[in-house]
Amino acid sequence: MRISRDRVTSLVVIAPSVLAVAIFVYGLIFWTGYISTVKWDTLRPDYTGVGIANYQSIFGQNRFLMDIRNTVVFTLFFITASLTIGLLLANLVDRQIRGEGLFRNLFVFPMAISFIVTGVVWKWILSPGQAAFGTSPATPQGINQLFGLDPATNRWFTDPHIDYISPGSPAYGILHDIGLGFITSPNIGIPVALLSLVLAAVWQMSGFVMVLYLAGLRAIPEELKEAARVDGCTEWRIFRHIVFPLLLPVTLSAMIILGHISLKIYDLAVAMTGSGPGFATDTPALFMWQTAFRDDHFGRGAAAAIVMLALVAVVVVPYLVWTRRQEVES
Amino acid sequence: MKIMSRRILAVISVAALVAACSSSSATPTASSAASGATTCKEAANATPVEAVSWWTTGGESSGFNAIINKFNCDNPTYWVSNSAIAGGAGSVAQAALQSRVLAGNPPDTFQVHMGHELLDTYVTPGYMDNIDDLYTANGWTTQFPQGVLNIVSAKDSTGTLHYYSVPLDIHRANVLWFNKTVFSSNNLTAPTTWADFLTDAAALKAKGITPLAVGDNGIWASGMLLEDVLLAQLGSDGFNGLWTGATSWSSADVTTALNTFQQVLGFVNTDHSSLTWDQAADYLIPAAGAQPKAAMTIMGDWAAGEFDNKGFTDYGYAAAPGTTGIYQALADSFGVPKAAKQKAGVKLFLTLLGSAAGQDIFNPYKGSVPANTQAGNPPATAKQYSTYQKWAMGEWKTDKIVPSMEHGAAAAPSWKGAVETAVTSFVATPDVAALQTALVQACKDATVCK
Amino acid sequence: MSRKTPPEPPDAAVQPTAEPPVRGGALADVLAARKIDPLDIVVVVDEEEEEKPRTRVRSDKGSRGAHSRGPRARITRFFLYSILFVFALWYLTPVYVLLVTSLKPTNQVFLNQMWVPVWPPSLDGFSAAWTALAPNFLNSLKLAIPAAIISSMLGSINGYVLAKWKFRGADTLFTLILFGMFIPYQAILIPLVQVMSNVGLYGSIQGLILVHVIYGIPITTLIFRNYYAAIPTELLEAAKVDGAGFFRIYRSILLPLSATGFVVVLIWQFNSVWNDFLFAATLTTQPNWPMTVALNNLAGSFSVAWNVQMAGALLAAMPTLLVFIILGRYFVRGLLAGSLKG
Repeated sequence: MRISRDRVTSLVVIAPSVLAVAIFVYGLIFWTGYISTVKWDTLRPDYTGVGIANYQSIFGQNRFLMDIRNTVVFTLFFITASLTIGLLLANLVDRQIRGEGLFRNLFVFPMAISFIVTGVVWKWILSPGQAAFGTSPATPQGINQLFGLDPATNRWFTDPHIDYISPGSPAYGILHDIGLGFITSPNIGIPVALLSLVLAAVWQMSGFVMVLYLAGLRAIPEELKEAARVDGCTEWRIFRHIVFPLLLPVTLSAMIILGHISLKIYDLAVAMTGSGPGFATDTPALFMWQTAFRDDHFGRGAAAAIVMLALVAVVVVPYLVWTRRQEVES
Repeated sequence: MKIMSRRILAVISVAALVAACSSSSATPTASSAASGATTCKEAANATPVEAVSWWTTGGESSGFNAIINKFNCDNPTYWVSNSAIAGGAGSVAQAALQSRVLAGNPPDTFQVHMGHELLDTYVTPGYMDNIDDLYTANGWTTQFPQGVLNIVSAKDSTGTLHYYSVPLDIHRANVLWFNKTVFSSNNLTAPTTWADFLTDAAALKAKGITPLAVGDNGIWASGMLLEDVLLAQLGSDGFNGLWTGATSWSSADVTTALNTFQQVLGFVNTDHSSLTWDQAADYLIPAAGAQPKAAMTIMGDWAAGEFDNKGFTDYGYAAAPGTTGIYQALADSFGVPKAAKQKAGVKLFLTLLGSAAGQDIFNPYKGSVPANTQAGNPPATAKQYSTYQKWAMGEWKTDKIVPSMEHGAAAAPSWKGAVETAVTSFVATPDVAALQTALVQACKDATVCK
Repeated sequence: MSRKTPPEPPDAAVQPTAEPPVRGGALADVLAARKIDPLDIVVVVDEEEEEKPRTRVRSDKGSRGAHSRGPRARITRFFLYSILFVFALWYLTPVYVLLVTSLKPTNQVFLNQMWVPVWPPSLDGFSAAWTALAPNFLNSLKLAIPAAIISSMLGSINGYVLAKWKFRGADTLFTLILFGMFIPYQAILIPLVQVMSNVGLYGSIQGLILVHVIYGIPITTLIFRNYYAAIPTELLEAAKVDGAGFFRIYRSILLPLSATGFVVVLIWQFNSVWNDFLFAATLTTQPNWPMTVALNNLAGSFSVAWNVQMAGALLAAMPTLLVFIILGRYFVRGLLAGSLKG
């Protein structure tokens, strides 16, 4: 029968990719998992088993805990901002504007620049300059210079301050009453310096998100919108009830792509801020790299990598399951 | 006519082919001719020898290519090439190197900081041959100062001392740089103790000049500052003891030093974590008709190169406060990996690197000082040493030599990393007790302290 | 001869136009001859005339749908352009810094002068950067072009299978492939070097292409699978009824509709392969270094000549920008590609 022959063909066609991913991705993930349970802490491999000692070691380091927090905060802000700006720009660019090509190329151009260069340039732009001290006036630099901002209060990525729910705020009491008091600890807060990193990353990637949304918008048949308009719907309702739901697969793709960048972010952080004041902009990838290649603690580096993957799994897997269900329903 | 042009075309293409085949070194070598020597071509059956470094641009690249060229000209049976990827310890280039060594495919020699960066990373796991034969045959045991010999050697399990790398250049880490005009107009001289420094700093701050410019993006500049304070407080023997376990990190001396460190940080520019060391050094350079932003910076002697590049000449230098007579050294060195393919050729190359003649070719370009005390007299036609370098060479022969932690000589990279972690937290939230506890723990984690 | 219907939403009933079908490339000529921009063509469903939907050329470029061109629309337009302009400034600011710095002579690169250009501009930065980067440009081209093309083709066919030929576990397989995207490459560097050495591909461009193709599988599959999922299955059903097989359907139905998908994937893959430094530095040896290694080498070990570095960054970004510009032209409405094919 024709159909089952095609079924076989389809499986044969996808087999090489599955095999490649199985070996080069999952094979290596399992290798990393194995290494995270051995002693290997010099350049000479040492496969003596140590159980979960490596994990205990890294979780005992305050720096690593902060890294996890930083990753969560960074991912939340980065994805939200990129999606919002990308969608907004795609909508604007889609409207028969003059010079659409120019705007589109301009917005997507930052993606062409490597993360390392982006980091360096934004490090320059966001370097605050010297605050006033003694009799000497402040000498702002970069963006502070451009907008006349005071370097003492606008410290950008040199700011060690962490915004958290402190005893002064209204939410503090409420959270303690309902038993979620731990959220008010300074360890679960937003490092202000991280927002500079978010700014640079969003600058780099929102253009690509715009491209994705533009492709998605243009795949929506015009008749749908025309029909709705003829029926008297406003543009906003059309957007909310027709366009936005149809963009769900694009949103999913964009979130996955942005997520995989933000959870692994390394080049940008190294080039722009390093670990930051008091590790405010440190990331697990930086920690893993230094542990493995500077300190030669390959076992612990592997453990950090596995933790990174676990973090991803915790977020990505339920999300994928949920969107799969959404797709089936719609 | 047609035959003629075809012949010309043939000649041109053959010439192009020959030219393409013979230019085998990767980095642009406009510099090889800089020292007046001719650039030699690779012989047809020369054995290739691969040297990996991180010298890709500027004076260091010119210098290294010059010394490689000399070797290639003198030894036509070999051809050394400089396979350079930029990036020092902890960078992608180093990861690439380590991966190669792990896979059993190392280059024939590679650049590495002398001292524990080499010893702990490559020697202890058994990846390097010792080069005792070179040290004996070339008399380096008498030509290099004892302080350096201590750093480049290690005892094996039977207690025998072995040498593992030859240092090509020596940089000094404990140098104070200052703007001469600012000092003279404020009647200041280079402070010789940290107490003097703090007094001078207060005076400068009152005048509206940042006393000390620090660019610790990447934290290592602050690490160097900490080392200088410790060095001043403990002296050279005490400082050495920190890294061998002889000096206790929990001693009162260390506490005093850390307190001084905290006070010094109070006189540092507020935007230090956004600047690299060179951008901080640029604060000493005044804009036309104005005061410079900062009066002093404490940095290794590569700062001289930065000032020269920017055309700034009004700078003075001295040993960092409290460390007069002590030379805190770091060096780029080369050794022989066990799995290297061309050991004979590499050893010949290393002989040149350690010789006085070779070091006089390289160091004038690098801005550093030759490790070999017999060097210092390059031929008149070659590049000469600068004023700073001549001063430094004099100090090198007489000062006590201690290793630098930040630059791989005193401690293993993981120990350095632990210290840097502690300093990062301290710079953000000064807490001397916490810093000292972290430093004590770092020593224990490095299995040097009990 | 299969009867092709355009991708249609569930509600509208659209039948092929009564006019003679315009085939393939002839369409472009017709449009050009009549000076019609493809973006202006709209398929209109008129409720009374269900049998004869027309294509109409949008005559008023400046408005959407049935809105008239009044003062209200003009204010909206003004806001529209203002917002775009503000964003354009934001995107251009770092480019300005890059440009201004790259045109400064080395001894005048100061952090606190970043906004101030130097006159006359100096080409020191660009000439030094070009000297360093030029030898490796060809390597990067030899790397990025095949890698991007191969991995987008792989992604397309994989997306096709996973979206349209669902077998039991297809979705789980997709999720697994997707998850593989999140592996931090630094973690698997050492075994990767080992594997590459063992199969003899260490140091070569081919090995690097293979690595990029393999690690590009998850993301290219993701993009194409979601893209193809939006294409109604009725199209394929109709073709299957007509006797088309696996590859025929792919070639005649999906491939023509994949233009925007390929644009997005090619842009992404070319860019990420072109700018990759980690694999380039660890898996290739000297003659085969891509341009990113040379770009990194512009940095000195202690101090950096920022004008050269930034000039190098601009030069390195040019090819990707070119790819954006060229491929961006193929961003036509996806509907058009399907609906007017004969």
